[in-house]
Amino acid sequence: MSATGKLELLSVNKSFVGTETNHVLADIDLNISPGQFVTIIGPSGCGKSTLLKIVAGLDQDYTGSVLINDLEVSDPSRDKGFIFQEHRLFPWLTVEQNIAADLSLRSSEVRQKVDEMIALVRLNGYEKAYPKQLSGGMSQRVAIARALMRSPQVLFLDEPFGALDAFTRSHMQEALLDIWRTNRTTMLLVTHDLDEAVFLSEKIIVMDARPGRVKRTIVNDLPYPRTRYGSGFQELRSHVLRVLEQPGETDESWTI
Amino acid sequence: MKISKKWWKGAVIPVTILLLWQCASYTGAADPKLFPAPSSIFGDFYSMLLSGELYYHIRISIVRAALGFLLGGILGLLIGLLVGMYVKVEEFVDPTVQMLRTVPLLAITPLFILWFGFGELSKVLLIAMGAFFPLYLNTFLGVRNVDKKLYDVARVLEFSRFKQITKLMLPGALPNILLGLRLSLSVAWLCLVVAELMGADSGVGFLIQDARSYVRTGAVFVGIFIFAAVGKLADSVVRLLERKWLRWQDNYRG
Repeated sequence: MSATGKLELLSVNKSFVGTETNHVLADIDLNISPGQFVTIIGPSGCGKSTLLKIVAGLDQDYTGSVLINDLEVSDPSRDKGFIFQEHRLFPWLTVEQNIAADLSLRSSEVRQKVDEMIALVRLNGYEKAYPKQLSGGMSQRVAIARALMRSPQVLFLDEPFGALDAFTRSHMQEALLDIWRTNRTTMLLVTHDLDEAVFLSEKIIVMDARPGRVKRTIVNDLPYPRTRYGSGFQELRSHVLRVLEQPGETDESWTI
Repeated sequence: MKISKKWWKGAVIPVTILLLWQCASYTGAADPKLFPAPSSIFGDFYSMLLSGELYYHIRISIVRAALGFLLGGILGLLIGLLVGMYVKVEEFVDPTVQMLRTVPLLAITPLFILWFGFGELSKVLLIAMGAFFPLYLNTFLGVRNVDKKLYDVARVLEFSRFKQITKLMLPGALPNILLGLRLSLSVAWLCLVVAELMGADSGVGFLIQDARSYVRTGAVFVGIFIFAAVGKLADSVVRLLERKWLRWQDNYRG
């Protein structure tokens, strides 16, 4: 199937220099093994989205190093898929054209891959629909298909389901897990939703704000498929919540 | 489907006016020297059509307008794209264009005649100049209106420069470009009249001027109607393109 990537961050720092230096990210060290599903959770303003943009190559104003498969990240690229909070589909292209994007659907190879992707995100029958005809969840699935079409080594997701209603969100989470089980692409997902983090990932990185830093890394070894009602799930959820609420050195309170 | 059912609504006002006009002529309320009856105008139209006079002048006018429109429109589109794409080009080019834009076309006309004479060249260039600005302005605006967030997507998907233009910039700017196209077409048509009234020995503008000097009011009306009809026809073609190419748009439709 698709290649999976190992991700390493070594003392990544980022600061805005204004009237006083504002540390957005302070000494972030991370290690994500190939095929792992990791979520980053933290209060707003902790720099979790900024961190994701840095590892994807979209933000290059930082110090430290980011390595994917031992290679330094410089620019955004197809092998680092990125799912934004909004679907960001091209409104003038149909579903299949959006997934193909800059590739020509006349090539039989592309055609076949696009059809595979449409089946993967279960949008059969919507190939010729325009984004305006799709619901929020469907649009986000097209965006995921567009990223997976390029067989990325890592897929970065920036609060991808934040704008969806609760039903669609839990449905999308299951769909994403399905895709991950089939493809084994390394996933790094940023969220502010506790349940989402516990439900999806094998590793939860809890971040702290001002300065943005890693507060704790929690291993989540609940077996898949997970249910949100099991005692194990609730126990882990409370544990993550406690870590989130624990006053840090700077005494930032966490609010939901 | 919708079009075929609703087309008659647009015809209600002109048809009513024509009927009232015909009645006024019939009762003698309208002076036939100034307001010949629609039926007599139609008679003039028919005889001009049969003599081939009308076809000859329309053909010449359309060729002039088309040449001027193509020249000015294509330049407007290309320069508008360049100015929209590169801030450096904008800083050099846009101030000059904006300055030229405010000069009334009628003020330039004498200069064009001095430079290029009364021949076809001055007419085509005048039309080109008029057609240039709407397409330039709207293309420029269209390129700048493309959602910045989609450029991030193009970066992540590693679009080539060419794909960035064909898949992102042009389709994103298309609504504005088509609006510019419609405006340019109508301005080209307008400039054609200016150019032909100014001094010409053929074309629909000349036909009107010539008919006026012989007080053939009916023929003047025929000329005016020709201008209106061809102008509307060209506009309808662009609107058809809009319907076909902008199906993806998700806007309020009234």
